[in-house]
Amino acid sequence: MDHKRVVITGIGAVSAFGLGADSLLAAVARGNSGVRLMPEWAHIRGLDSRLAAPVPEFDPRAHLPRSRRRTMGRLAIYAAIAAAEATNMAALDEKERGNGRTGIVIGSTTGSPEVYEDFYRGFLPDDSIEDVRSGTFFKIMGHTTAANVGQALGIRGEQWSPSSACTTSSQAMGLALMLIKSGRQDIVLCGGADEVHPTVTMVFDVIGAGARREGKSPAPFDRDRDGVVCGGGSGILVLESLASARRRGVKILAEISGFGHLTDIGHIANPDKNAMIAAMRQGLDESGTDVEEVDFVSAHATGTTAGDIAESRAIAALFGSRVPVASHKGHMGHTLAAAGALETIISLAMMKKNEIFPTLNLENPDPECGAINYAMKQKKTGINIVVKNNFALGGVNTSLVLKKING
Amino acid sequence: MHKLSTEEIRERVSKVLCREFELAPEEITAEARLGEDLGFDSLDGVDMVVALEKEFGVKMGGNEDLREVRACADIFALVADRLKQ
Repeated sequence: MDHKRVVITGIGAVSAFGLGADSLLAAVARGNSGVRLMPEWAHIRGLDSRLAAPVPEFDPRAHLPRSRRRTMGRLAIYAAIAAAEATNMAALDEKERGNGRTGIVIGSTTGSPEVYEDFYRGFLPDDSIEDVRSGTFFKIMGHTTAANVGQALGIRGEQWSPSSACTTSSQAMGLALMLIKSGRQDIVLCGGADEVHPTVTMVFDVIGAGARREGKSPAPFDRDRDGVVCGGGSGILVLESLASARRRGVKILAEISGFGHLTDIGHIANPDKNAMIAAMRQGLDESGTDVEEVDFVSAHATGTTAGDIAESRAIAALFGSRVPVASHKGHMGHTLAAAGALETIISLAMMKKNEIFPTLNLENPDPECGAINYAMKQKKTGINIVVKNNFALGGVNTSLVLKKING
Repeated sequence: MHKLSTEEIRERVSKVLCREFELAPEEITAEARLGEDLGFDSLDGVDMVVALEKEFGVKMGGNEDLREVRACADIFALVADRLKQ
């Protein structure tokens, strides 16, 4: 049944630490933060959260020809660069990318916010579209990441582009899992991308969940946490059936063995502990994994008051205080549509090294949070099975299960 | 208004094409064909018209002339024609 088992064979990342999964993983292993003050936002009235973890400036011309870049905003460029890295690692050649059995599932929260801003700055003063370039729509359409990456890499299989803010890339991985398990595709490039922009940070700032403490935020699970810091980047993974990976003779990084995915309907913005528990249970059931077998929980925990309490209590209800838990948003901010994929990439590194990368900025666990095993120090320990949570505004609850596998 | 010479039109068209399409000035010769030599496609054609209209403050589209544009020389001539009108 090797075609029913799905494995990861490639990873690619763009983050606050620059281009490449290596730069992300080295920074997380060192406990570095990519968060910085955004003085360029000082003039924006009403925006109190002026922290972000943007991707450092780089010249995209070195990575993509003009014919590709003309339809890409920043977030699609991030996705294309991360996707190229992932396909290289997975040794996916042009023939395999174009045979119709390789698909693509990549999303973003919206199209490029920066391009939206540019468009409306031109359109609104005089109700004029005379200066609009042909690439504008392709930069702001909902499936800008999937479409542009598919074009750039010559992927002819199914194209999907989930969009659910903070769970976009976890949904993308879940959908990729389903496409492969069902036999519709053998290989799927999946993940997400988002870019730092004040209108994104605003989403959290207006509901009082935007962080303000320079040098200390975000601080998931901490007593003094003050909210979310948005980050930019992209995480892309190559998923394929175990049969395909073995046939191609490529290195297997881990298996994705379960995907819990449930909606809570109590409130569009408030987290629901019970739905989180149910999503984790569903993922573990599909994986055939007992709670006792789990070695690490990669938490969604963004540093908000309500979200961290709900998730930690959900984890406590399921795992008690045995399993180490960490969130990696202190390092790279909340990368929204990229979060699930980038955090999965970090989890894969922890599994490979058998080492826990702790939650950055967590000094005093909030007594209101659940009594769980907060990872606060780097530590060597066997990590064979990881539960990777991601939750989104709008009632989306996802939980992936990653398993070490002998390649 | 200052009437632009043929040379001034060529220079300004060349600057627009270099800026918009990341071309080198030496690529913009009268003989250079937009598709075969400069790699333009239909989207580039749309963007070229928008950029030239902004540069020269005239409307380029609206008739059959645009369809006849094959090489840079055709663009120079078309801009000169529009500036006359």
